[in-house]
Amino acid sequence: MDNFLTLFETYNVPAAFWVNIQLTFWAAVWSLVLGTLLALMRISPIPSLQWLGAAYVNIFRNTPLTIIIAFGVLGLFGQLQVSLTDDFNLNFFRLAILGLTIYHAAFVCEAIRSGVNTVPLGQAEAARAIGLSFLPAARLIILPQAFRGAIAPLGNVLIALIKNSTVAAAGSVAAEASSLMKTMIEFRGDLVIPIFFTFAIGFVILVIPVGLLTTWASRRLAVAR
Amino acid sequence: MRKTRYAAAMAAAAALTLTACGGGGGNEGGGGGGGGEDGGGETITIGIKFDQPGLGFDEGGSYSGFDVDVAKYVANELGFSEDQIEWKEAPSANRENLLSNNDVDMIFATYSITDERKQTVSFAGPYFVAGQDLLVPKDSDIAGPEDLEGKNLCSVTGSTSAQKIKDQYPGVNLVEQPGYAECVSVMGGGQIDAVTTDDIILAGLAAQETNAGQFKVVGNPFSEERYGVGLPKDSDRCEDINAAITKMIEDGAWEEAITKNTEGADYSFNEELNPPEPEPCA
Repeated sequence: MDNFLTLFETYNVPAAFWVNIQLTFWAAVWSLVLGTLLALMRISPIPSLQWLGAAYVNIFRNTPLTIIIAFGVLGLFGQLQVSLTDDFNLNFFRLAILGLTIYHAAFVCEAIRSGVNTVPLGQAEAARAIGLSFLPAARLIILPQAFRGAIAPLGNVLIALIKNSTVAAAGSVAAEASSLMKTMIEFRGDLVIPIFFTFAIGFVILVIPVGLLTTWASRRLAVAR
Repeated sequence: MRKTRYAAAMAAAAALTLTACGGGGGNEGGGGGGGGEDGGGETITIGIKFDQPGLGFDEGGSYSGFDVDVAKYVANELGFSEDQIEWKEAPSANRENLLSNNDVDMIFATYSITDERKQTVSFAGPYFVAGQDLLVPKDSDIAGPEDLEGKNLCSVTGSTSAQKIKDQYPGVNLVEQPGYAECVSVMGGGQIDAVTTDDIILAGLAAQETNAGQFKVVGNPFSEERYGVGLPKDSDRCEDINAAITKMIEDGAWEEAITKNTEGADYSFNEELNPPEPEPCA
């Protein structure tokens, strides 16, 4: 037990989780923006936009996240020499956020679309009847109700995103939790099981409140019909 | 066509019956019945790396590398011929578990002897002393870790080598990748100036066919990694393994194995520390 506690003096476990939280936060914000745009494209009356949105979702929802993230380093950084900032390590952090965003935007789009399906058709017809065109109708009538109906699936996407933030390890974000776990196992092979449980429990602690919060919010905010 | 197939099936069935009879009388190991691929005698399970060219590498069912050659030699000295060896993959993070669960009998997988590891497993050897070194493009003028300031260096996430760079050379831009192959590929693209890990691993990478002639090992090692044979804590094989390693070094097979596995890499091992003297068993 004493042995185990010394681990926390040598390795800064909370700092590693903090990196995951930051990755999650930025990727969540950007994928919400991109996902909403994609959902708008998919429900829009313009066939080419519908097609583009559907193509995006089908391509990135079906590509393994590891490949997207690894492409950020091997392809964008390694071959194309893309740099999102002059700071060497921050560059990988941002590339990882880019990868996480691109991947999860597809899931956010589908979550929002499921929210749109909870809005009765009559709402759209009423919006049209008072003279609103597509974008104002979406902004004022459809999306506000859709978001309230999509809280639970969006929460699920967020939970997946928290755990998927460890894939950033493949993108050279070595300060995050799963990389620290690897380092700790490399140096303290005698404590593999306790190290493993530390990180498993760490993620459970992060994820459970998100689940509780979204369940509560989805009940409270759902449009009563 | 149908006739020959029938005949072949008959022959196979006959062979199976025969070996089953022979096995049943001789050893208890075939107790499951029906098997009988090997003519009796026990097997030994050895853990190696499957993804490290030049040390332990899976070439589609057969295995090559320096670790594999030493393992074969030692197993032979312990009384196990090559077809009695069962190879098992031993990734770094899993080595202690494999040994303490007795999933493998020995591990030859670039396994450095450390005090922390000695708490859960035993070691025989060392059979090689590696040192952290740099792999650079052929025309690079980097001669050691001092030249790395501000340069981009690549290593594997969570490895000892990566940690050492972070601790001792904070001015270096470190890229951490899941494997050395990715590192070498990015270095081929020109965005990375050097790859770092133990010299013999680098030599194995440089000697790979796709990389041959493109990279060189700097040859200025700045750490000491003593590769030992990982054993379960209660193993009684340590003395015999040490004797086998000593014999391998004396009869020249050891040096031959290194030369063979690093061919084309322009690499020579650190002669001050090699060949090593096995430590007395605990």
